[in-house]
Amino acid sequence: MNVRNLIKKYDGKAVVDSVSFKIEKGKVTSLIGPNGAGKSTVMGMISRLVAKDSGIIDFEDKDLSQWKSRELAKRLAILTQHNNVQMKLTVQELVAFGRFPYSGSHLTAEDAEIIAKAIDYMELTEFADKYIDELSGGQRQRAYIAMVIAQDTDYILLDEPTNNLDIYHATNMMKIVRRLCDELGKTVILVLHEINYAAFYSDYICAFVDGKIAKYGTVDEVMNKETLSKIYNVDFQIIEIDGKPLSIYY
Amino acid sequence: MLQKLYSKNWFITVLLSVLLFAFSVISLFVGVIDIKISDLFRGGVNLELFFITRLPRLLAILCTGTGLSVAGLIMQQLCMNKFVSPSTGATLASAKFGICIALVFLPASTLWSRAIFSFVFAVFGTWGFVWFVQRIQFKDTIMVPLVGIMFGNIINGCTSFIAYKYEITQALSTWETGHFSMVLRGRYEIVYLVVPLLILAFIFSNHFNIVGMGKDFSQNLGVNYKFVLFLGLTIAAAITASIVVVVGEISYIGLIIPNMIAMFKGDKIRGTLVDTALAGALFVLICDIIARVVIYPYEVAIQLIVGIIGSILFLFILFRKLKHGRKAIRLDRKKKGGETA
Repeated sequence: MNVRNLIKKYDGKAVVDSVSFKIEKGKVTSLIGPNGAGKSTVMGMISRLVAKDSGIIDFEDKDLSQWKSRELAKRLAILTQHNNVQMKLTVQELVAFGRFPYSGSHLTAEDAEIIAKAIDYMELTEFADKYIDELSGGQRQRAYIAMVIAQDTDYILLDEPTNNLDIYHATNMMKIVRRLCDELGKTVILVLHEINYAAFYSDYICAFVDGKIAKYGTVDEVMNKETLSKIYNVDFQIIEIDGKPLSIYY
Repeated sequence: MLQKLYSKNWFITVLLSVLLFAFSVISLFVGVIDIKISDLFRGGVNLELFFITRLPRLLAILCTGTGLSVAGLIMQQLCMNKFVSPSTGATLASAKFGICIALVFLPASTLWSRAIFSFVFAVFGTWGFVWFVQRIQFKDTIMVPLVGIMFGNIINGCTSFIAYKYEITQALSTWETGHFSMVLRGRYEIVYLVVPLLILAFIFSNHFNIVGMGKDFSQNLGVNYKFVLFLGLTIAAAITASIVVVVGEISYIGLIIPNMIAMFKGDKIRGTLVDTALAGALFVLICDIIARVVIYPYEVAIQLIVGIIGSILFLFILFRKLKHGRKAIRLDRKKKGGETA
């Protein structure tokens, strides 16, 4: 995925200003930055949830806007935090919706197999008949991921997947992200607030400030004192644990 | 696995079908003139009566019950709010307003032209209401139906004003309180429109579910959010209009029936649509039989009976929600053994 000169304006003010970057296939890329830096808006535009004002989003040799919505749904999945959580659907029914772009309302035996596998992969088999509103936050998040797995896309976009999760579930979530990439070969792009999750679990980090890219590179390139202090306007210390840079800020 | 996806407990469906059939038979043979089953084979006046009033009445009841409950189900899904229905979403009020306008400006209007007016107004009323609700984004779920009721009352106010001004209050009162006593062969057939609309609703049921999960969710799956939203609301409005124009306003059905079925079967429309339709028909049928026997040989308007029973059931649903949230009633609980909460 190649993004060039992406611009989005709200009330004449540019929230995203000439952003260009290239997402590496088969890697985990985290978008970080302070509130209002435009990272979520960028995520919205590269997932077609938000209309761009100008710029090019080159996705598999075609601009994103040229894709048919249903075809795109087979290549790129986006998970946001704006789902109706009160709906009484069982885990199985929810995950089955992941096959909708392929089979519509008529699920085939192959679909059923993919659904069962996805549920199993997310270790939700024992909850398959439970309603999603009866699950804990972490389980529900896993159910949504299972749906995305059933959707069988090359690209998986996650908007703040660790939001509203405690440390245990958030860490689990990040491990799942890593598995999606390492075991299933997905390209994962996520918006994160927690820098250390980004540092520990992703391959690339794209840092935004004021609607522009402040720094884009591998984890080691971004995770240094000068860069982070500049982005967040807070003092940073970088230490190394398990060969990975972690930041301490205060 | 695939079987498991489809065969959710059929017990309720079978039970509802059997009850519906039984009460349908009872309904056919309740009335001032005593029609016996043997009359159906003998022919004569009674047989004619059977086909002029009794059978049309039953069919109208079935269409009304299934239609209004499914319209409620669709609206609740699309608005992501369990308290939205034709009566709390301005649809019924707008449909009546349409009839009022038709009576004023086209005094010689036929049933069909009134239906078209009613449909157009119902569609715009519902769209307007949903547009408003989505724009404001109420935090509290109960605000949405309250706004709908207020919206409906404003429209009703306009209807009354116009009716007074053009002296058609009397004519309009036929539609104010719904009843089936005027259902006769030749002047109720519009209500059959409910059948193709229900089939359409069934075809798009998964779309409605997906849209009910939210805008991002539907776009992710390549479902056109706005198109499905408008389609669903239009179907609900068309169902409501074709019923209102024949039998008049009947409240509560679209509100309570989908909620009661969802308690047992969840929100997957493919799994609940048939049950919701059957339960709606059964509810209206039983209310109609009560309305016909309670002051026999006269009858009261069914809206009265529906109002009394409906409000009791509605209170039950409300209190249950306050106590248990939206916890499901599971019929298969014992089989599975211990549930972990």
